[in-house]
Amino acid sequence: MNVLSDYFRDLAERSPRWDFVWLYDGSATDRILSGLWVTIQLSVICVIASLVIGFAGSMLQTSRYRIARLFVSGYLQIFRNTPPLVQLLFFYFALGQFTPSYSPDGWTQIPLISNVGWAAISLSLFGAAFNVEIFRSGLEAVPNSTTEAADALGMSRWLIFSEIQFPLALRVCLPALSSNLINLVKTTSQAFAIAVPELLYQSASLWNDHPATQNPTMLLLLVVYVGLVGILSLGLRLLERRMRVPGYGG
Amino acid sequence: MWSPTQPIVAMKDVKKSYGDFDVLKGISMDIMKGEVVCIIGPSGSGKSTLIRCINALNDIQHGSITVEGQEVHDPGLDKRILRRKVGMVFQQYNLFPHKTALQNIMMAPVKVLKEPRAEVEERARALLKKVRLEGKENSYPGELSGGQQQRVAIARSLAMRPDIMLFDEVTAALDPETVKEVLVTIKELAADGMTCILVTHEMGFAKEVADKVYFTDRGLIVEEGHPSEIFTNPKDPRTKAFLSQIL
Ligand SMILES: Nc1ncnc2c1ncn2[C@@H]1O[C@H](COP(=O)(O)OP(=O)(O)OP(=O)(O)O)[C@@H](O)[C@H]1O
Ligand SMILES: [Mg+2]
Repeated sequence: MNVLSDYFRDLAERSPRWDFVWLYDGSATDRILSGLWVTIQLSVICVIASLVIGFAGSMLQTSRYRIARLFVSGYLQIFRNTPPLVQLLFFYFALGQFTPSYSPDGWTQIPLISNVGWAAISLSLFGAAFNVEIFRSGLEAVPNSTTEAADALGMSRWLIFSEIQFPLALRVCLPALSSNLINLVKTTSQAFAIAVPELLYQSASLWNDHPATQNPTMLLLLVVYVGLVGILSLGLRLLERRMRVPGYGG
Repeated sequence: MWSPTQPIVAMKDVKKSYGDFDVLKGISMDIMKGEVVCIIGPSGSGKSTLIRCINALNDIQHGSITVEGQEVHDPGLDKRILRRKVGMVFQQYNLFPHKTALQNIMMAPVKVLKEPRAEVEERARALLKKVRLEGKENSYPGELSGGQQQRVAIARSLAMRPDIMLFDEVTAALDPETVKEVLVTIKELAADGMTCILVTHEMGFAKEVADKVYFTDRGLIVEEGHPSEIFTNPKDPRTKAFLSQIL
């Protein structure tokens, strides 16, 4: 059919441990691609949600209400000090039992939150727990005297926050934020444990069906993750460079 | 209603304490429109605290402060409206480090007063020229010397077209050569008729431009008067001691 797929079909016959099945078999290719797509979606959702929750958490941390601050610090303790895999299993198996389900046809029961949903929730909360602390340290790095100058110019609290505190804090915390987000993207592979059909899950199920493809598929996993993380860190690096201000910070 | 024949800033028996430490123990002063007033005194005597009460950066526990007839420490007062009338320049400049000189100056008029950007930019460029910083429009604070940053800070305050300017030891962090360029800027401002209240250790400057000098010690005004009296013929022994140390 085409030279490349013929070559790999031939290679698989000659060396039974190197079956690049997803390079010549369309259904295998689809499994890998659909896994990649789920991984990308899960990563994007978790990164965005962890930023939003992390930001909200860092705001609540300085709330006037003690109960809000206690709530945030409890959340941080739990999510920072337990393994993300345990969190995933806990959400899916423990909390999953208590979530309501619905029945589209009167026979089957479908839970309101699927395993994919639980993975997104639990991983977002995991990533956000670190983002809270990162945002807070960034905000604390903005000198009081700078915000006071804005105050003396008659700027409102919101203006001071959006124009001064936040942009300065972001510059301070971008490096730490980058490494946490990269970590989060890598951690999405643990959703494998609750059968989320992401890249690792699809790969493993592929080599269970075709043991000869185990080596090539593991290689592919490494390459794809390096690529995904590379894109993210390149983007963040560009952002860092764009926001760099002469004579300020590192 | 306030009229320009009344004091533009009037303080009556102002007291302030941090915990049980009394910083201001009953300060009264009247400042007329267009006057240049210098506050001098030993470190820790409450000069910064005093000047910061005028634009409500500090609150007070007793007494009254009015700016153009409006009580500053009225809990119902919108402080932002007060601060548009009263500009302030700090010892450490406190520019916004992520904004250029021009952006620093334009931010408050555009975002707070909602004035048209083009108009504000014209004014900002004119102000930079006035403080002799033409060509530095697009420099970031980190790329400017201390004296240049301080002049941007002055321009930033002026861009709000305040009626009163507060200066808290604005040359204290500068080296001797750059002190002069900042003082020249303030002198011109005073000559233009701006009401200026300065905390300063520059006695030569105070002598030259001040209409009135207040000497403070431990939260009280010990002596006040025209610089020619205070500097050449101080009456209070504390003023004498302070001046003999510093001059
Ligand atoms: N936020 C604060 N909390 C407690 N004490 C304070 C605070 N701010 C100032 N003080 C105290 O109030 C006193 C007066 O301080 P202030 O800064 O007004 O002095 P100053 O005359 O401006 O001195 P300097 O010439 O050193 O700037 C000092 O003893 C200082 O320690
Ligand atoms: Mg001071």
